[in-house]
Amino acid sequence: MSAAATLKALTGAALAAPVVWLASIVNVPLKWWQRVTGTGGMAAFFLAPNMAIFGIFVVVPLVINFFYSATSGTAYFLQDRSYVGLEQYQRLLDCGSYLDTATCREDLFWKAVHNTGLFVVVQVALMTIVSMITALILNREMVGRSFWRAVFFFPVLLSPVVTGLIWRWILQRQGLLNLIVHDLGGEPYNWLTDRFWAFTAAVSVSVWAHMGFYTLILLAGLQAIPRDLYEAAEMDGTRPARVFWRITLPLLMPNLLVVIVLALIRAVQIFDEVYVLTGGGPGTSTLYLTQYIYEIGFASLLRNPGLASAASILMGLVLVVLTLLQLQVGRRGERKGARE
Amino acid sequence: MSGVMTFLTRRRGGRFWHWTDIVSWLWLAGGLVIMFGPAVWLVGSSFKTPAQLAEFPPTILPYVSQQATVEGHDKPLTLYSVKLPDGSTKVLAELRRIGIVAQMVDPKAPDDIVKVNIANREPVREIGFATENYTEPFVHFEFLRYLRNSVFVTAMATLITLLTNSMAAFALSKYRFRGRDLTMLLIVGTLMVPLSVILVPLYSVVSAAGLLDSLWGVILPTVATPTGVFLLRQYMLTIPDELLDAARMDNASEWQIYWRIVLPLAAPALAVLAIFSVVWRWNDFLWPLVVLSRKELYTLQVGLNTYAGQLNVQWHFILAMTVVTMIPVVLVFVFLQRYITSGIAGTGLK
Repeated sequence: MSAAATLKALTGAALAAPVVWLASIVNVPLKWWQRVTGTGGMAAFFLAPNMAIFGIFVVVPLVINFFYSATSGTAYFLQDRSYVGLEQYQRLLDCGSYLDTATCREDLFWKAVHNTGLFVVVQVALMTIVSMITALILNREMVGRSFWRAVFFFPVLLSPVVTGLIWRWILQRQGLLNLIVHDLGGEPYNWLTDRFWAFTAAVSVSVWAHMGFYTLILLAGLQAIPRDLYEAAEMDGTRPARVFWRITLPLLMPNLLVVIVLALIRAVQIFDEVYVLTGGGPGTSTLYLTQYIYEIGFASLLRNPGLASAASILMGLVLVVLTLLQLQVGRRGERKGARE
Repeated sequence: MSGVMTFLTRRRGGRFWHWTDIVSWLWLAGGLVIMFGPAVWLVGSSFKTPAQLAEFPPTILPYVSQQATVEGHDKPLTLYSVKLPDGSTKVLAELRRIGIVAQMVDPKAPDDIVKVNIANREPVREIGFATENYTEPFVHFEFLRYLRNSVFVTAMATLITLLTNSMAAFALSKYRFRGRDLTMLLIVGTLMVPLSVILVPLYSVVSAAGLLDSLWGVILPTVATPTGVFLLRQYMLTIPDELLDAARMDNASEWQIYWRIVLPLAAPALAVLAIFSVVWRWNDFLWPLVVLSRKELYTLQVGLNTYAGQLNVQWHFILAMTVVTMIPVVLVFVFLQRYITSGIAGTGLK
């Protein structure tokens, strides 16, 4: 063994030693526990840490959220808050007309609801189409497929803050987009201060950031379609468009539905990258539900945690419906798989 | 010539390029530009000086102004290429500027002061990197601290996630007990509970636990990932029970079975979860934003957002810090991207 290899092995052993030592120390009381409680007790032991963390930080908040939304005040501890029943919900839902945010008592909430609705529809449609086209192209026989797959996956790993800042930098007045516009003979423009372009940017950037993920799911579905179906179609001289509508699309449907529902669930919760990109502006034109919850709950001067909690429960209800839809879709996909 | 074209456009199977091939390659080439272009532009911009960042139209490459030391002046002076009244151009150094008139000297003859209208001169520039964008935030801002906080949160959360998730997955895959399926259902069910739905009550729970404004308050709520338990359980189900029974025959305790047999065998799945966890925790934004209010505890993401949200955004620092924040994820992308894509394709989870 060379000196370097010996050194490497020694440092490896030195680093691992405390962990191994700790594990063998832990073994002593656990052996005793195993003798007393049997393997059932061991199962409880192995589950305990995860379930404790899980219970405290997911289940408990989920349950107290309902109590929380029935209280008012600016204090965060439940015992310091006063019970008001359904008042927060009444306040949220108090509207002359749900189509006109100006007639609502909590107009900011309805602004966020309207914005989120429009965002979800446009973003999910665009996301599905772009991912679908990319997956179809990546599914062709080509040189370097895994490289190209990786290309579209790159932004998925970037943090939302980085994504937001990169695009803010490109869309600002002295940015890359204005350089392109300038070179094409146009006038530079402040894109993010325009309501329409800020919305377009929010949609495009979130599609840019996440399409790689959905492309992967669709690509996995495309690759699972048996090759012989296509060979048979080719022998019959079927036109490519017909092959797509009659073979590819029906067999891809389970994956496509999963993609649509997942994209819906994520789009309803959109926050990070848009918040960094536009901060909800200009005005309230890119204010979405999660940002509303965050600002009413923590950030703004009009802090009202109970109201934020009620709004989050209403949003949760929408997500529950979408999730049930997803389970339904998933089960149908499974049954279909079992039949084949 | 036509022979070359035939060779270039020939495809496998002897057919010529179909229009769909052209569309495909255009789409892929466009994808390459759109997916990587913004990040490349960011890296290029991060090496520009503040003056250059304010320029329009922006240059593609970063430049720095050339400077020269002139006899009789302590500080190096900036060089300009000046168009003189007689029509010739000359490289002069600027002494000072008053309104639209600059007082300049020839570096070779530092005694004669020439007055020049600033419209008649251009800075002499060469490609160069403003590396101080990277070094200064470490000194002047609490950037190093943010970096340390982010590394601490990511490392701790990932270690705890691996330990607790693998223990739970071991129990759920290798033991039969009452309520096992219910537990599994509960875990998978909470996959659907997003942070934004429990944001307010979670804050009060964390605050009641005394974890507000501490890095542990950022770490603990995130570590019991349902995705991790699910992924590891699916993998551990493929480890044969006979192996465990053989170890029990040899008097191994259950803990030893978990630690010495199951964990090493589940290493591939643990590696995938570790990569996922590092990316998740490094990128977390909303939860740290809510929990941390003391500036010295900020993680990189929160710190970056704060600096970028100030009225007078110092873009030259922000861009450099954004690049640094991006580095770990780019490393994961370059070296470990395969594992993530196979993880997603295998479980359909992210």
